[in-house]
Amino acid sequence: MSTNEAKYDIEKFKKAHKILKEFSYELKPVVKGYNDRTLYINLATLEIKEKPVPAAMKKKFIGGKGFDLKLLWDAVSGSTRWDSPENEICIATGPIAGNTNYPGSGKSLVTTISPQTGIPIDSNVGGHFGPYLKFSGFDAMEIQDKSDRDVIIYIDGNQGKIQIFEAPLEALDSHVLAEQLHEMYAANEREKQHVSVVSAGRGSEHAWIGCLNFSYWDKRRKLPRLKQAGRGGIGTVFRNKKIKALVVKYSGLTGKSNNPVDLETLQKTGLKLHKEIISLDDKQCQMRTIGTAHLVEIMNDYDLLPTKNFRFGSHPDAVKLASWVWKKYFTQNVPDGCWYGCTMSCAHGVDNFELKTGPYKGHKVLVDGPEYETVGGCGSNPAIFDPDAVIEINFYCDTYGLDTISFGTLTGFIMDCYENGILNKERTGGLEMTWGNWRAALEMMHQIARGEGFGLVAGKGVKYMQEYFAKEYGADAQFLKDIGMHGKGLEQSEYQSKESLAQQGGYYLTNKGPQHDEAWLIFMDMVNNQIPTFEKKAEALHYFPVFRTWFSLQGLCKLPWNDVEPADNAEQDEPNKVPAHVQNYVDIYNAITGEKIDKKELMLQSERVYNFQRVFNLKMGHGKRPDDYPPYRAMGPVTAEEYESRAERYDKALQEKQNINPQGKSTEEKIKLLRQYREQQYESLIDAVFKRRGWSRDGVPTVEHLKEIGMDLPELIELVKKHL
Amino acid sequence: MKYLHTFAEKCNGCNTCMSVCSQLYFKVDDPEKSAIKVSAAGKNSFALSVCNQCRVCVAECPTAAITVNKLGVVMINKTLCINCLACVAACPTDVMMTYRGGLVPFKCIACDACAKQCPTGALKIEVKED
Repeated sequence: MSTNEAKYDIEKFKKAHKILKEFSYELKPVVKGYNDRTLYINLATLEIKEKPVPAAMKKKFIGGKGFDLKLLWDAVSGSTRWDSPENEICIATGPIAGNTNYPGSGKSLVTTISPQTGIPIDSNVGGHFGPYLKFSGFDAMEIQDKSDRDVIIYIDGNQGKIQIFEAPLEALDSHVLAEQLHEMYAANEREKQHVSVVSAGRGSEHAWIGCLNFSYWDKRRKLPRLKQAGRGGIGTVFRNKKIKALVVKYSGLTGKSNNPVDLETLQKTGLKLHKEIISLDDKQCQMRTIGTAHLVEIMNDYDLLPTKNFRFGSHPDAVKLASWVWKKYFTQNVPDGCWYGCTMSCAHGVDNFELKTGPYKGHKVLVDGPEYETVGGCGSNPAIFDPDAVIEINFYCDTYGLDTISFGTLTGFIMDCYENGILNKERTGGLEMTWGNWRAALEMMHQIARGEGFGLVAGKGVKYMQEYFAKEYGADAQFLKDIGMHGKGLEQSEYQSKESLAQQGGYYLTNKGPQHDEAWLIFMDMVNNQIPTFEKKAEALHYFPVFRTWFSLQGLCKLPWNDVEPADNAEQDEPNKVPAHVQNYVDIYNAITGEKIDKKELMLQSERVYNFQRVFNLKMGHGKRPDDYPPYRAMGPVTAEEYESRAERYDKALQEKQNINPQGKSTEEKIKLLRQYREQQYESLIDAVFKRRGWSRDGVPTVEHLKEIGMDLPELIELVKKHL
Repeated sequence: MKYLHTFAEKCNGCNTCMSVCSQLYFKVDDPEKSAIKVSAAGKNSFALSVCNQCRVCVAECPTAAITVNKLGVVMINKTLCINCLACVAACPTDVMMTYRGGLVPFKCIACDACAKQCPTGALKIEVKED
């Protein structure tokens, strides 16, 4: 909130509410991590109902993203688009979620058909909404169709009541709206921690990169914190449905709210990790003091920090955005976990930050973050090396409901186009989009929020702009394709992948586009050289995306898996997998659910859902080999400037890998030769990865593979057969 | 700040303090449920582990269930505690206690009950500057 604002007139807001629908349900305890029911809400018909979770759904889809995708699959057809009435927003947790013992157990998984990609997007997010929804009685909720007026959906998890009501007066921007709703639904200050709000913001109404904010009440700061389900435009769908907010209220959380079968093992395993984190974090990743922003200088040192729209991987000014800078901005010694019991505590905040631009200029606000991706995206990539500017961009992205990764990457693209003469002041409506011009970047964002000017074009993302600039301005479509950092329509997250073939696959051989949720193999590939062959790369591009999917089935955060490692981890057979922590996950899953899985079954649970999502892409008219290529800038130097900046490296590559003597060749010739080689390497990588994943050469899961992993559901088999 | 000062060299290992503590707060005679722990530290010598009110746990608690009272004693509000055990892990002297099957951790609140019963004067409530 802004500390300079008057107290909100909550009574006036409430008077303006008009109840459209009320629904009561029976309260039941969670048993072994499940409610065995989900919640369905239709915003057009105002139907609200419970749906049972059959045993087969639990077996095949487990929970979290698995449940989301199953519900979404049943709701949409191949012709559904993001703004079709039948599209849904699904929010789920998972059987492990909501336990207070094991760090990182509070994630919500959100899916929809993305406005950016046309296929399912899934995004994971902290905050209290998902766990409170679970303990209110639902393993997942799906929201279908659209309202014709702004509505709030309220779930009272202690009373067993749900309301949909018209809400015309509350704010749209998240930092204000979340505070208003925490205040509205808490009878007193103490109750504010029992409320959680999901909201978007004004930006989500006009852009395709809209995100959702999930709140939790910070008792020490006496303000709501906002965590983002950032990727793929879920906030855009949210506002298209005219949802102003979702609110849940639940009190009564304890260490056994999941009714685990083996509380002792759950507590013991959680305590073990708590102790590891508290004793080792300072010597390892410093998540408790700096969070993911500790990565900035490391990435810069390894030439992996994107700068100037991914042209380069380092910059002399990057030191201005280094971890020690953020440590000073972040308020220290407060428990900053985004769910209870997370001692990793990486959700840092900048307090009393005075804004310099926009509608809240002069307000002193609490800013969540910035995290590494925001620093890379909104800082180094558009060459904005001013930490205050990065914090301000971070704040406005959040409150307007815009994804910082997409905003950062698209801003870098725009600045690149500006420098290349594709854009100019006339075409941007006066915005001088030169490298590092943070005021122009922010003004562009305010335009998005106001729904006007060049912001309207920018907010639709890199893919849209590529087509628009080629059509409207006659720009070179191939050049735009080469420098537009997106895959499937989703902007790439903030790691330079040029020198790591495995990471190119990690980004682009993915289900939802280039994010860092599925695989992060850069160090393994190019720093430690642990996966030199195509087969080893393919194995890594099988194992890690599948393993990492498991977190999304459970409502878990991945950071406590490998952002702290046991002291003896390096001595283990496969240290990259952090085997002791994988065993922890097996143990806590069994402790909560009473199942008896092992590491192999854990992988199988994930592989079923991973393949289901691939087939889902196929259902939506995508999901085949042609969708899985990077722009060339993710693979190598597009321009002479890029080549010459690292000439020694590229000349050496020509000599050693292609047996070509670079002497006497022009830069353009060398770029072309290198490109031919790298593109061929990528083709070979695709072949190896698809084969390892049990997919056809075209990227379609084979019938035999679906049978082998136990995902041979009749409708999947029917669909893949059409493409094999 | 009020705290239980221990004089391990005076302890004879009779375990009276553990009995008094667990009976007072859990109504059972069970060393696992005592906020002070006596352990062997060699031939005829014993170690005493008990909260020194250092407050590291106060900063760690995500629900602000752990606070410092007017006497400087660190207290746990059982209603606010969500049983995450972060305080147990954070405690630098391992004296935030738990027992098997228990949800809310417990600790010494410098109540003086054990000190009053100690036959050797190994325990004493004292006050020191914050």
